[in-house]
Amino acid sequence: MTIRGGASKQGRPPLWSYWIVLPSVLALWALMSWLIRSPLLPSPSDVLGTLVREASSGDLWFHLSATLRRVIVAFVLAMLLGVLIGLAMGRSIAINALFDPLLVLLLNLPALVTIILMYVWFGLVESAAIMAVVINKVPSVAVTIREGARSLDFRLEDMATVYCFSGWQRFREVWVPQLFPYLMAATRGGLALIWKIVLVVELLGRSSGVGFQLQLAFQIFDVATILAYSLAFIAVVQLIELVILQPLERRSNRWRKPEQPHA
Amino acid sequence: MLELHIAGRSFARPVLGEISTTVEPGNRICLLGPSGIGKTTLLNAIAGLDPEVPDSAIMGRRQVRVGYLFQEHRLLPWRSLRANLELVGVSAREADECLARVGLAGYGGYLPDQLSLGMARRAALARCLAIKPELLLLDEPFASLDPVMAGDLKRLIEGILDANPAMAMICVTHDGGDAATLANRLWYLDGKPARLQWDSLIEEPDQIVRLLASLRHTGQAG
Repeated sequence: MTIRGGASKQGRPPLWSYWIVLPSVLALWALMSWLIRSPLLPSPSDVLGTLVREASSGDLWFHLSATLRRVIVAFVLAMLLGVLIGLAMGRSIAINALFDPLLVLLLNLPALVTIILMYVWFGLVESAAIMAVVINKVPSVAVTIREGARSLDFRLEDMATVYCFSGWQRFREVWVPQLFPYLMAATRGGLALIWKIVLVVELLGRSSGVGFQLQLAFQIFDVATILAYSLAFIAVVQLIELVILQPLERRSNRWRKPEQPHA
Repeated sequence: MLELHIAGRSFARPVLGEISTTVEPGNRICLLGPSGIGKTTLLNAIAGLDPEVPDSAIMGRRQVRVGYLFQEHRLLPWRSLRANLELVGVSAREADECLARVGLAGYGGYLPDQLSLGMARRAALARCLAIKPELLLLDEPFASLDPVMAGDLKRLIEGILDANPAMAMICVTHDGGDAATLANRLWYLDGKPARLQWDSLIEEPDQIVRLLASLRHTGQAG
């Protein structure tokens, strides 16, 4: 239950600790590019310049939003399916036995194979692209949620049975809070994995999105554009983490440390 | 109100043997017996929590509102006491009234883990009361409480039973003293597999002490 428990007990780390490693990497990068002076390793300011240029021409927003849209659609579908399958497999031994071999197979199926097959069978269309991403992500969500469903407290199950909880009450009030750490793990892993797969999908068969831009830049070895687009999307994912995931997590974990303000 | 015809219940080895008896309104049953003999197993079967015991073995259960006070509080730790009570189907006002009845007035906004063991158990008792139970199941309600808290809780339960003469109670305990204060009927579970060795109404508290001494003695001899 206490996935973050150990860290949170010791309180917050000092603020400066966040500002050591990344700036050092940035400085190292600047130094290297200054020493090498090659277009294959552009300096941080070159990359920033490219980013500003792409942003002011509107290209950045167009491709960023295309990728973000695919990530969101694929993420929502993969989470819904993965949670349903994971819950079913975690709660029923029979369902687990039936589908476990298929799950192992899908877990080990390379993303590239799914993408190629979807494009070959369904053509270079948007739905094939989304489907390929979803198929890649569902198994890992299901595996995580299955672990959570197996660890549900039987004592609270009995309590819910005695007090005649409805199916929805049981799901919302008893299961979701217990599954929350697993849902968060699946979400974090999911976002990171999905946006990387979306790039491959775009590179192989779409004419918009960050992946498509990367392919164009690759053809002319335009490293500055490659880095500019990658960093832009990493910033988007970081924003999602800060604005949505962390507040959600703080809100949902309040009950774990009840001595604090809640009292 | 209940008719029990349990054919038996095994986990790896047989635990419960055949058990046939009835529970009538107003029965205050104390279920005694050695540790690990299957008292909680029997209580869970009566509550309908045991999938291996068919519905037909506990005739009448579906028509009876059952309040179950588990050994642990089993309140949802992520919900306030008031919200926990509301989940069993009462309004916020009724929830506060139930909490007040167990001496927890003003604690509605607290989370279960902010309470002491004794308070949490009383909060769980408030949840039992919230559904206006016809049958109250108590699983070792006084275990791991200090004597003062145990005494308070005992008086509280006694008061509730006195105020609701039609309410039936089955209380698992291994303390004959609990039985002497609370019970008007005694079940003694013993044997391999366990059966009800004794099932009858009791007239006077002294009877329980004598009875227990003789039952425990036979248990050891057998």
